[in-house]
Amino acid sequence: MTPPRIGILCSRIRVEEKLLLQALRARGAEPERIDDDQVILEIRGRAGPGASNTGAAAAPGWDVVFDRSLSQSRALAALRILEAQGTATVNPALVVTTCGDKVATNAALARAGLPAPRTLVAFTPESALRAVEELGYPVVIKPPVGSWGRMVARINDRDAAEAILEHKASLGSSAHGIFYIQEHIDKPGRDIRSFVVGDETICAIYRHSEHWITNTARGGRTSNCPVTEEVDRLSRGAARAVGGGVVAVDLMEHPDGRLLIGEVNHTMEFRNSIEVTGVDIPGRLADHVLAVARRQAPAAVAP
Amino acid sequence: MAAATAACPECDAQVEIGDDAEVGEILSCPECGADLEIRGLAPARLDVAPPEEEDWGE
Repeated sequence: MTPPRIGILCSRIRVEEKLLLQALRARGAEPERIDDDQVILEIRGRAGPGASNTGAAAAPGWDVVFDRSLSQSRALAALRILEAQGTATVNPALVVTTCGDKVATNAALARAGLPAPRTLVAFTPESALRAVEELGYPVVIKPPVGSWGRMVARINDRDAAEAILEHKASLGSSAHGIFYIQEHIDKPGRDIRSFVVGDETICAIYRHSEHWITNTARGGRTSNCPVTEEVDRLSRGAARAVGGGVVAVDLMEHPDGRLLIGEVNHTMEFRNSIEVTGVDIPGRLADHVLAVARRQAPAAVAP
Repeated sequence: MAAATAACPECDAQVEIGDDAEVGEILSCPECGADLEIRGLAPARLDVAPPEEEDWGE
Protein backbone atom coordinates (compact mmCIF):
# COMPACT_ATOMS: atom_id res chain seq x y z
CA MET A 1 0.00 0.00 0.00
CA THR A 2 1.40 3.40 -0.92
CA PRO A 3 1.62 5.77 2.00
CA PRO A 4 -0.96 8.55 1.92
CA ARG A 5 0.19 11.81 0.40
CA ILE A 6 0.07 14.39 3.16
CA GLY A 7 0.80 18.07 2.77
CA ILE A 8 1.35 20.36 5.74
CA LEU A 9 0.61 23.98 4.97
CA CYS A 10 2.79 26.10 7.21
CA SER A 11 4.52 29.41 7.58
CA ARG A 12 7.12 28.55 10.21
CA ILE A 13 8.18 25.35 11.87
CA ARG A 14 7.43 25.96 15.51
CA VAL A 15 7.63 23.30 18.21
CA GLU A 16 4.09 22.19 17.26
CA GLU A 17 4.86 21.67 13.57
CA LYS A 18 8.07 19.85 14.39
CA LEU A 19 6.23 17.44 16.70
CA LEU A 20 3.53 16.90 14.06
CA LEU A 21 6.09 16.15 11.33
CA GLN A 22 7.82 13.68 13.68
CA ALA A 23 4.50 12.01 14.60
CA LEU A 24 3.50 11.62 10.95
CA ARG A 25 6.91 10.19 10.01
CA ALA A 26 6.74 7.78 12.97
CA ARG A 27 3.50 6.47 11.42
CA GLY A 28 5.14 5.78 8.07
CA ALA A 29 3.93 8.91 6.29
CA GLU A 30 6.21 11.25 4.37
CA PRO A 31 4.59 14.61 4.98
CA GLU A 32 5.44 17.24 2.41
CA ARG A 33 5.85 20.73 3.72
CA ILE A 34 3.88 23.35 1.78
CA ASP A 35 5.50 26.69 2.57
CA ASP A 36 2.88 29.44 2.34
CA ASP A 37 5.64 31.91 1.40
CA GLN A 38 6.43 29.87 -1.73
CA VAL A 39 3.36 27.95 -2.85
CA ILE A 40 1.42 28.77 -6.01
CA LEU A 41 -2.07 27.27 -6.19
CA GLU A 42 -4.21 27.05 -9.29
CA ILE A 43 -7.93 27.58 -8.93
CA ARG A 44 -9.41 24.65 -10.82
CA GLY A 45 -11.78 21.73 -10.35
CA ARG A 46 -10.95 18.05 -9.84
CA ALA A 47 -10.53 17.37 -13.55
CA GLY A 48 -8.59 20.55 -14.29
CA PRO A 49 -5.29 20.79 -16.16
CA GLY A 50 -1.97 19.61 -14.66
CA ALA A 51 -1.79 21.33 -11.34
CA SER A 52 1.03 23.48 -10.26
CA ASN A 53 0.68 23.10 -6.55
CA THR A 54 4.36 23.34 -5.76
CA GLY A 55 5.49 25.48 -8.63
CA ALA A 56 6.62 22.28 -10.38
CA ALA A 57 4.74 21.00 -13.41
CA ALA A 58 2.16 18.25 -12.87
CA ALA A 59 2.54 18.01 -9.12
CA PRO A 60 0.87 14.88 -7.75
CA GLY A 61 -1.41 16.64 -5.32
CA TRP A 62 -2.18 15.42 -1.84
CA ASP A 63 -4.74 13.09 -0.30
CA VAL A 64 -5.02 15.50 2.58
CA VAL A 65 -3.59 18.89 3.46
CA PHE A 66 -3.16 19.70 7.14
CA ASP A 67 -3.33 23.45 7.75
CA ARG A 68 -0.80 24.74 10.26
CA SER A 69 -0.36 28.17 8.70
CA LEU A 70 0.05 31.08 11.08
CA SER A 71 -1.75 33.36 8.68
CA GLN A 72 -5.46 32.89 8.77
CA SER A 73 -6.10 34.71 5.49
CA ARG A 74 -3.52 32.63 3.62
CA ALA A 75 -4.86 29.43 5.14
CA LEU A 76 -8.41 30.21 4.15
CA ALA A 77 -7.48 31.03 0.56
CA ALA A 78 -5.35 27.89 0.22
CA LEU A 79 -7.94 25.57 1.78
CA ARG A 80 -10.71 26.84 -0.51
CA ILE A 81 -8.59 26.20 -3.60
CA LEU A 82 -7.45 22.77 -2.40
CA GLU A 83 -11.01 21.72 -1.62
CA ALA A 84 -12.14 22.78 -5.11
CA GLN A 85 -9.38 20.53 -6.47
CA GLY A 86 -10.81 17.63 -4.47
CA THR A 87 -8.20 17.56 -1.73
CA ALA A 88 -9.37 16.70 1.78
CA THR A 89 -8.42 19.29 4.39
CA VAL A 90 -7.85 19.41 8.14
CA ASN A 91 -9.42 21.67 9.08
CA PRO A 92 -11.84 22.41 6.25
CA ALA A 93 -12.18 26.01 5.06
CA LEU A 94 -15.64 26.20 6.62
CA VAL A 95 -14.20 25.49 10.07
CA VAL A 96 -11.49 28.12 9.60
CA THR A 97 -14.09 30.65 8.42
CA THR A 98 -16.20 30.05 11.51
CA CYS A 99 -13.38 29.86 14.07
CA GLY A 100 -11.46 32.75 12.58
CA ASP A 101 -14.22 35.26 13.16
CA LYS A 102 -15.62 35.69 16.66
CA VAL A 103 -18.99 36.83 15.33
CA ALA A 104 -19.25 33.67 13.20
CA THR A 105 -18.12 31.47 16.11
CA ASN A 106 -20.60 32.95 18.54
CA ALA A 107 -23.41 32.77 16.00
CA ALA A 108 -22.64 29.07 15.42
CA LEU A 109 -22.60 28.41 19.17
CA ALA A 110 -25.87 30.31 19.61
CA ARG A 111 -27.53 28.34 16.79
CA ALA A 112 -26.46 25.12 18.50
CA GLY A 113 -27.89 26.34 21.82
CA LEU A 114 -24.49 26.29 23.54
CA PRO A 115 -23.64 28.62 26.45
CA ALA A 116 -21.39 31.62 25.76
CA PRO A 117 -20.90 35.01 27.42
CA ARG A 118 -23.55 37.55 26.51
CA THR A 119 -22.28 39.41 23.45
CA LEU A 120 -23.48 42.55 21.67
CA VAL A 121 -22.27 43.76 18.30
CA ALA A 122 -22.51 47.37 17.10
CA PHE A 123 -21.09 49.22 14.10
CA THR A 124 -20.46 52.78 15.23
CA PRO A 125 -18.66 54.17 18.29
CA GLU A 126 -21.93 55.78 19.45
CA SER A 127 -24.00 52.61 19.29
CA ALA A 128 -21.07 50.64 20.73
CA LEU A 129 -21.06 52.93 23.76
CA ARG A 130 -24.78 52.30 24.25
CA ALA A 131 -24.11 48.55 23.99
CA VAL A 132 -21.32 48.80 26.57
CA GLU A 133 -23.62 50.64 29.00
CA GLU A 134 -26.38 48.11 28.42
CA LEU A 135 -24.07 45.22 29.39
CA GLY A 136 -22.68 47.16 32.36
CA TYR A 137 -19.04 47.52 33.43
CA PRO A 138 -16.66 45.82 33.19
CA VAL A 139 -17.01 44.66 29.60
CA VAL A 140 -14.54 43.16 27.17
CA ILE A 141 -14.08 44.47 23.64
CA LYS A 142 -12.34 42.24 21.12
CA PRO A 143 -11.51 42.60 17.44
CA PRO A 144 -13.74 40.04 15.67
CA VAL A 145 -10.66 38.65 13.90
CA GLY A 146 -7.49 38.05 15.85
CA SER A 147 -5.78 35.73 18.25
CA TRP A 148 -3.31 35.46 21.10
CA GLY A 149 -5.23 38.12 23.02
CA ARG A 150 -4.19 40.91 20.67
CA MET A 151 -6.06 44.19 21.14
CA VAL A 152 -8.48 42.65 23.58
CA ALA A 153 -9.52 45.31 26.08
CA ARG A 154 -11.32 45.15 29.41
CA ILE A 155 -13.23 48.36 29.99
CA ASN A 156 -14.01 49.29 33.57
CA ASP A 157 -15.79 52.62 33.20
CA ARG A 158 -17.31 55.09 30.79
CA ASP A 159 -14.14 57.20 30.44
CA ALA A 160 -12.17 54.18 29.27
CA ALA A 161 -15.04 53.09 26.99
CA GLU A 162 -15.12 56.46 25.22
CA ALA A 163 -11.33 56.49 24.81
CA ILE A 164 -11.07 52.94 23.46
CA LEU A 165 -14.01 53.30 21.09
CA GLU A 166 -12.52 56.51 19.70
CA HIS A 167 -9.13 54.84 19.26
CA LYS A 168 -10.67 51.85 17.51
CA ALA A 169 -12.66 54.09 15.18
CA SER A 170 -9.44 55.87 14.20
CA LEU A 171 -7.57 52.63 13.43
CA GLY A 172 -9.17 52.78 10.02
CA SER A 173 -9.44 49.08 9.24
CA SER A 174 -13.04 48.08 8.61
CA ALA A 175 -12.57 45.09 10.93
CA HIS A 176 -12.18 47.52 13.83
CA GLY A 177 -15.49 49.10 12.82
CA ILE A 178 -17.27 45.99 14.06
CA PHE A 179 -17.51 46.41 17.80
CA TYR A 180 -17.69 43.01 19.50
CA ILE A 181 -18.65 43.67 23.10
CA GLN A 182 -18.86 40.90 25.63
CA GLU A 183 -19.88 40.58 29.26
CA HIS A 184 -16.76 40.20 31.41
CA ILE A 185 -16.60 36.85 33.18
CA ASP A 186 -14.90 37.04 36.56
CA LYS A 187 -12.81 33.91 36.07
CA PRO A 188 -11.16 32.21 39.06
CA GLY A 189 -7.63 33.11 37.84
CA ARG A 190 -7.80 30.44 35.21
CA ASP A 191 -9.73 29.17 32.24
CA ILE A 192 -10.01 25.79 30.56
CA ARG A 193 -8.77 24.74 27.16
CA SER A 194 -9.95 21.42 25.82
CA PHE A 195 -8.69 19.57 22.75
CA VAL A 196 -11.18 17.89 20.46
CA VAL A 197 -10.09 15.47 17.75
CA GLY A 198 -12.89 14.19 15.55
CA ASP A 199 -15.70 13.64 18.04
CA GLU A 200 -13.57 12.99 21.10
CA THR A 201 -12.34 15.34 23.82
CA ILE A 202 -8.82 13.95 24.19
CA CYS A 203 -7.70 16.14 27.11
CA ALA A 204 -8.03 19.53 28.74
CA ILE A 205 -5.81 21.95 30.62
CA TYR A 206 -6.27 24.83 33.01
CA ARG A 207 -4.52 28.01 31.96
CA HIS A 208 -3.61 29.99 35.07
CA SER A 209 -2.74 33.63 35.07
CA GLU A 210 -2.85 36.54 37.46
CA HIS A 211 -3.74 38.61 34.41
CA TRP A 212 -7.31 38.48 33.16
CA ILE A 213 -6.00 37.40 29.73
CA THR A 214 -5.03 33.74 30.22
CA ASN A 215 -3.59 32.87 26.78
CA THR A 216 -0.43 30.77 27.14
CA ALA A 217 0.93 32.91 24.30
CA ARG A 218 0.78 35.69 26.91
CA GLY A 219 2.68 33.77 29.55
CA GLY A 220 -0.11 31.80 31.29
CA ARG A 221 0.85 28.64 33.24
CA THR A 222 -0.85 25.29 32.54
CA SER A 223 -2.00 22.28 34.57
CA ASN A 224 -4.14 19.23 33.83
CA CYS A 225 -7.93 19.67 33.87
CA PRO A 226 -10.06 16.55 34.25
CA VAL A 227 -12.41 16.03 31.30
CA THR A 228 -15.69 16.04 33.19
CA GLU A 229 -18.99 15.13 31.56
CA GLU A 230 -19.79 18.83 31.17
CA VAL A 231 -16.37 19.76 29.72
CA ASP A 232 -16.71 16.89 27.28
CA ARG A 233 -20.28 17.74 26.26
CA LEU A 234 -19.55 21.45 25.69
CA SER A 235 -16.24 20.78 23.93
CA ARG A 236 -17.68 18.27 21.48
CA GLY A 237 -20.76 20.46 21.03
CA ALA A 238 -18.59 23.48 20.20
CA ALA A 239 -16.48 21.44 17.77
CA ARG A 240 -19.59 20.16 16.00
CA ALA A 241 -21.09 23.67 15.91
CA VAL A 242 -18.08 25.03 14.00
CA GLY A 243 -17.96 22.08 11.61
CA GLY A 244 -15.82 19.46 13.37
CA GLY A 245 -12.21 18.59 12.63
CA VAL A 246 -9.54 19.20 15.25
CA VAL A 247 -10.08 22.22 17.47
CA ALA A 248 -9.20 23.64 20.85
CA VAL A 249 -12.11 25.02 22.85
CA ASP A 250 -11.71 27.75 25.49
CA LEU A 251 -14.11 27.42 28.41
CA MET A 252 -14.67 29.93 31.19
CA GLU A 253 -15.95 29.15 34.68
CA HIS A 254 -18.67 31.67 35.62
CA PRO A 255 -18.85 32.49 39.36
CA ASP A 256 -22.41 31.02 39.37
CA GLY A 257 -20.98 27.61 38.42
CA ARG A 258 -21.85 27.57 34.71
CA LEU A 259 -19.25 26.81 32.07
CA LEU A 260 -19.28 29.18 29.10
CA ILE A 261 -17.61 28.73 25.74
CA GLY A 262 -15.21 31.53 24.86
CA GLU A 263 -13.43 30.69 21.63
CA VAL A 264 -12.83 27.77 19.33
CA ASN A 265 -9.34 27.63 17.77
CA HIS A 266 -8.68 25.89 14.47
CA THR A 267 -4.86 25.64 14.44
CA MET A 268 -4.21 25.09 18.09
CA GLU A 269 -0.94 25.37 19.89
CA PHE A 270 -0.28 22.52 22.27
CA ARG A 271 3.37 22.51 23.29
CA ASN A 272 2.48 23.40 26.90
CA SER A 273 -0.29 20.81 27.14
CA ILE A 274 1.42 17.49 26.35
CA GLU A 275 3.39 17.01 29.54
CA VAL A 276 0.68 18.21 31.94
CA THR A 277 -2.04 16.01 30.41
CA GLY A 278 0.15 13.01 29.56
CA VAL A 279 -1.71 12.84 26.24
CA ASP A 280 0.25 12.53 23.00
CA ILE A 281 -1.56 15.42 21.30
CA PRO A 282 0.62 15.49 18.15
CA GLY A 283 0.20 11.70 17.84
CA ARG A 284 -3.58 12.00 18.07
CA LEU A 285 -3.59 14.78 15.48
CA ALA A 286 -1.39 12.71 13.17
CA ASP A 287 -3.74 9.71 13.54
CA HIS A 288 -6.71 11.90 12.63
CA VAL A 289 -4.98 13.36 9.56
CA LEU A 290 -4.01 9.85 8.40
CA ALA A 291 -7.58 8.62 8.90
CA VAL A 292 -8.88 11.49 6.74
CA ALA A 293 -6.24 10.68 4.11
CA ARG A 294 -7.26 7.01 4.05
CA ARG A 295 -10.91 7.91 3.58
CA GLN A 296 -9.86 10.17 0.70
CA ALA A 297 -7.40 7.88 -1.08
CA PRO A 298 -9.86 5.68 -3.08
CA ALA A 299 -11.73 8.75 -4.33
CA ALA A 300 -8.46 10.27 -5.50
CA VAL A 301 -7.95 7.53 -8.11
CA ALA A 302 -11.44 7.95 -9.57
CA PRO A 303 -11.58 10.15 -12.68
CA MET B 1 30.19 14.80 13.99
CA ALA B 2 30.34 18.32 15.39
CA ALA B 3 26.97 20.08 15.42
CA ALA B 4 26.43 22.49 12.53
CA THR B 5 26.48 26.17 13.38
CA ALA B 6 25.52 29.34 11.57
CA ALA B 7 26.13 32.99 12.31
CA CYS B 8 23.37 35.00 13.97
CA PRO B 9 22.52 37.85 11.54
CA GLU B 10 21.92 40.19 14.49
CA CYS B 11 24.99 39.68 16.69
CA ASP B 12 27.23 37.33 14.68
CA ALA B 13 27.30 34.71 17.45
CA GLN B 14 27.64 31.09 16.28
CA VAL B 15 24.25 29.43 16.79
CA GLU B 16 24.11 25.66 17.05
CA ILE B 17 21.76 23.91 14.61
CA GLY B 18 20.54 20.52 15.85
CA ASP B 19 20.63 17.35 13.73
CA ASP B 20 16.82 17.24 13.60
CA ALA B 21 16.48 20.87 12.46
CA GLU B 22 13.96 21.70 9.71
CA VAL B 23 14.03 24.54 7.21
CA GLY B 24 11.56 27.14 8.43
CA GLU B 25 12.17 26.34 12.08
CA ILE B 26 12.28 29.23 14.54
CA LEU B 27 15.14 29.49 17.06
CA SER B 28 16.30 32.10 19.53
CA CYS B 29 19.90 33.27 19.43
CA PRO B 30 21.40 32.24 22.80
CA GLU B 31 23.58 35.37 22.80
CA CYS B 32 21.27 38.20 21.79
CA GLY B 33 17.85 36.57 22.00
CA ALA B 34 16.81 37.50 18.45
CA ASP B 35 14.15 35.26 16.89
CA LEU B 36 15.78 33.51 13.94
CA GLU B 37 14.48 31.36 11.15
CA ILE B 38 16.48 28.52 9.60
CA ARG B 39 16.60 29.38 5.89
CA GLY B 40 18.83 26.55 4.77
CA LEU B 41 20.63 23.41 5.96
CA ALA B 42 23.92 22.18 4.47
CA PRO B 43 25.14 24.83 4.63
CA ALA B 44 23.13 26.12 7.59
CA ARG B 45 21.81 29.60 7.04
CA LEU B 46 19.89 31.84 9.47
CA ASP B 47 17.89 34.99 8.96
CA VAL B 48 15.90 37.19 11.30
CA ALA B 49 12.40 35.73 11.68
CA PRO B 50 9.71 37.99 10.23
CA PRO B 51 7.60 39.92 12.72
CA GLU B 52 4.13 38.76 13.71
CA GLU B 53 1.39 39.88 11.34
CA GLU B 54 -2.10 41.03 12.16
CA ASP B 55 -3.89 37.89 10.99
CA TRP B 56 -1.53 35.46 12.72
CA GLY B 57 -2.91 33.25 15.42
CA GLU B 58 -4.18 29.83 16.29
